Parts: sequence; C-alpha cells; structure tokens
Amino acid sequence: MEIIAKDVEYRYQINTPFERRAIYNINVRIEPNSYTAIIGHTGSGKSTLLQHLNALLLPTSGEIRIGDIVIKAGEKAKHLKPLRQKVGIVFQFPEHQLFEETVEKDICFGPLNFGVAEEEAKERARKALKLVGLPEDLLKKSPFDLSGGQMRRVAIAGVLAMKPEVLVLDEPTAGLDPRGRREIMDMFYQLHKKEGISIVLVTHSMEDVSQYADKIIVMHRGTIYKEGTPREIFSSPKELVELGLDVPETIRFQLKLEEKLGREIGKPSLSLEELVSNLHLLKTGETGYDG
Amino acid sequence: MMDKMIFGRYLPANSLLHRMDPRSKIIIIFLFIGVVFLANNVPTNIILVLFTIFSIYISEVPIKFLFNGLKFLFWLILFTFILHILFTREGDLLIHWGWIRIYENGLRQGILISLRFAYLILVTSLLTLTTSPIEITEGLEKLMNPLRKIRFPVHELALMMSIALRFIPTLMDETDKILRAQMARGVEFHGSLKKRVEAIIPLLIPLFINAFKRADELAIAMEARGIEEESGERSTGNCIGGRRILLLL
Repeated sequence: MEIIAKDVEYRYQINTPFERRAIYNINVRIEPNSYTAIIGHTGSGKSTLLQHLNALLLPTSGEIRIGDIVIKAGEKAKHLKPLRQKVGIVFQFPEHQLFEETVEKDICFGPLNFGVAEEEAKERARKALKLVGLPEDLLKKSPFDLSGGQMRRVAIAGVLAMKPEVLVLDEPTAGLDPRGRREIMDMFYQLHKKEGISIVLVTHSMEDVSQYADKIIVMHRGTIYKEGTPREIFSSPKELVELGLDVPETIRFQLKLEEKLGREIGKPSLSLEELVSNLHLLKTGETGYDG
Repeated sequence: MMDKMIFGRYLPANSLLHRMDPRSKIIIIFLFIGVVFLANNVPTNIILVLFTIFSIYISEVPIKFLFNGLKFLFWLILFTFILHILFTREGDLLIHWGWIRIYENGLRQGILISLRFAYLILVTSLLTLTTSPIEITEGLEKLMNPLRKIRFPVHELALMMSIALRFIPTLMDETDKILRAQMARGVEFHGSLKKRVEAIIPLLIPLFINAFKRADELAIAMEARGIEEESGERSTGNCIGGRRILLLL
C-alpha cells in the first residue's frame, strides 16, 4: 500500500490562543514494501506526521492519500476504521495502552475490533506472541504482572495481530535494554523482508537507521529538511550535527580518523563491515600513512 | 480531542486580572459564590451578569476560546434546565402539550439554576485561566495562615491543591494519548451509546494505572527532595498523590 502526503499542514488547537503549527509543507511518498526512517530533533514534528499516516490526525490543510482513500483538509472523513487496520501504529511506550485481564485478550483486542472471528484472533495472538519472542504460557497471564520489556512486546504483538500492511513505529525500542532492542528491531526487519510489510520508523538511533532503512526523511522545525538513502543523508554528517542530530558510530569514527589523517579514507561507512573494508583499503592501498 | 478543554488551565497574559493579587481573586470568588446563591430576583441577576461580563472583559481571555472550551458544560446546564422545567409542578400552568406540562415556577427555577451554573463555571474558569497554579496555592496558603493556630495542616492542604491543579492538564494529555493508541487499535469513540460505553474501558483502565504510577513516582520524588521534613510530619506522600489523582478522575 502506498501513502502520499501533499502539502500537508497540521495545527494543534486551532482557533485557540494555544494554536501551534506542528508541521507544514509536508510532501512525502511512502512506497509499497519500503522501509522508511524519519529522523529529527525532539519537537521537529515526527510524531505528528506519523499520526497522519493512519488518519488519527487529519491535516488542517493539504491532502493525504492512504491506499485508495483520499483525505482532504476540511472535508469530513468517513470510513477511517478499515484504514486503521491497514496502517498499524506502535506508539511510544505502547505498554501504556494495555488494559485487558490476560495477555491473550489484549492481543486479540485489535483484531476483534476489526471484525476478525474469535478463533482466528486467538490464533493470531499465539503467532504474534511468538513473533515478539515471548513464550506461549504468558497468554493466560495478566499483562500487568509482566516486566516492562515484556509488556512492550505484548503491546507490539497487539498491533502485529491486526496484520497491517504498513507498520508505523514511534521509537519502539526506547527504554529497552540493548539486547531487547536488537531483537525487536531484527524482528521488524524480518517482517519487512518476508511478509512485505512497509515500515515507517521514527528513531533516535542512527545505527538502526543506517542498518535497516532504505530511505531517510530528515525533519527539522516542522517540515522536511532533506530526504534520501542512508548513504546520501550520512554523506554530509556535519549538516546533521548542525540540526542537532547524530550520525552512526562508524561514521563518527571515520570522521575522527579522517580529521587526524587530514584526508578522506573512502565513502561513509554505514556498517561495521564497510568501516573495516575502508580501513583495509587504507592499509593496503596507499603507502606512506600509518593507520 | 481534548484540545479545547480549558478547565483548570492557565493562559499566560498580562491583563488586569492576571496582575491582581491571587488572594483578592480567591476572596472575591468566594464572596461571589455566596452572592450567587442568595440572588433570586431579576435586579440582582442583572448585576451578576454584568459582573461576569466585566470580569471576562478585563481578563482579556478571548471570548470565543472561553466559550468553546466550556461548550460541554453548557450541555450540562441545558440538561438541568430541562429537568427543572419538566419536573417542577408549582405555580401557574404555562404550557400543556401532551404529557409535557411547564409551570411558571419550573421555568423560573430552570432559568435561575442555569444562570447560577453559568456564573460559577465562567468565574471559576477565569480564576484558573488568569492565575498560575503556583499563585493559587500561595494565595490559599496565605489566606489560611491563621488556621495554623488550631493546628490545621495548611501547607499540606495547599500542596494537595496545587498537585491536583497541576495534574489536570497532564491527565488530559495522557487521556488524549491513550485515546489515540486505542483508536489505532480499532476502537471507535463515536457511534451508538453502547459502543461508546464499551470504548470507555480501554481508555479508563490504562489511565488509572498510569495515574497511580505517576502518583507513586511523584511521592518518591517529593520524598527525595525532602518535602516530608519541611512539613514536619510523617509522609503520607503516597496517599497525597494517589488520593488526589483519584479524586480528579
């Protein structure tokens, strides 16, 4: 499924003294089966943009096309519910939305709302729980007896069980331990590769961005500052730093090294492998420098 | 969704009403409430209406904003008005239409009660709109100072009030967030009454749990900053936050 935003603008609390323009002049295209990362400083409008992707917020001007549904500013939007099944959002700290007596019921909540039969929903709950790496015997437990990390996984499973075509993730791993982060990010990537789910990820982790995304959107002060592939975006790291953003560790290392050597050693290294091969080239290719 | 809610909110500005001493504002409001309940004839009500309009005027709060924010309370007023005119059976019969009978006293009572509601809501909203929570607390604390002599826990009470006021917008934000998260999971907050009632549960339970958690954290943070020592009492911090927030809900 494709999502296209055209000149989207959103103002919070319109017609009050608190009115504030959160995003403006937004033109994006989320292609089918793509992995898009949105990065930007806190308050740059990332979360606001995300909520437009499944019509939780409706633009105050401009239009947005989600699959075959077009939402124009000022028009009364109808039939938004099927759309919310197709575009699943995992909010920041999704564990705050858990409420059922058992993990199973909570995961089934979404699918049941979208008219999935009970047996099928339970089946999906079982599968989703496995997907997020939790044992099946948790199904009958209360979500409030789980640890924070487990609760997060259950909440994510609740969205996965809806079987969305596009998965929107708002800092899904914030506050998790490093291993949990890795596992969850890998799981999302597998879903993207195997099932063809499009992913839109908001994150502060530039390592995740460079490792998984095929497109990056840089937001700054409510609008899109730049977009491109990770290679394009991270090839001007100084610009990112000026925006208050970080670059992946490997690129940071490379920059420091280049500064010390007084020359460039190759393309920006998006992964550890690339960094190693760059360093290797440095060692074998040119003489006269001690690495 | 909760955007338009203004109850308990502070609107920073520099109007006459903003600069007024919070103590005077609080005393005036208490007097005003007293007067409101005494006023039962036309001339006094005209004075009250004028007073209310005058206060709104000098507060420099945009009128449209004020009324939009209090819209849902006007439904409450309308509801009480209708109840009154339908169920008061005194005085002369004015209208008799099917089973609907409207009596003179009912109409009078209805109008009076609605007006009282409106005064109270408008004027108390003005207080919170023009006075920051800290000012309100300080004002109350100073006003109640004499009560210290009879060992009344003035400071604690003021603290409780400020916590309560402080958390109204926070809880509103939180409600909004959970609302959206559940909407993303297919809950509809519109539609038939049955649907709406069902939709309340996935909203309220997370809200309560988060509020309790927040209260706990607040209590710990307060203790960590030595609030209990200042008041010279054993801390019931947990209860302060918890009970207050529960009340709010």
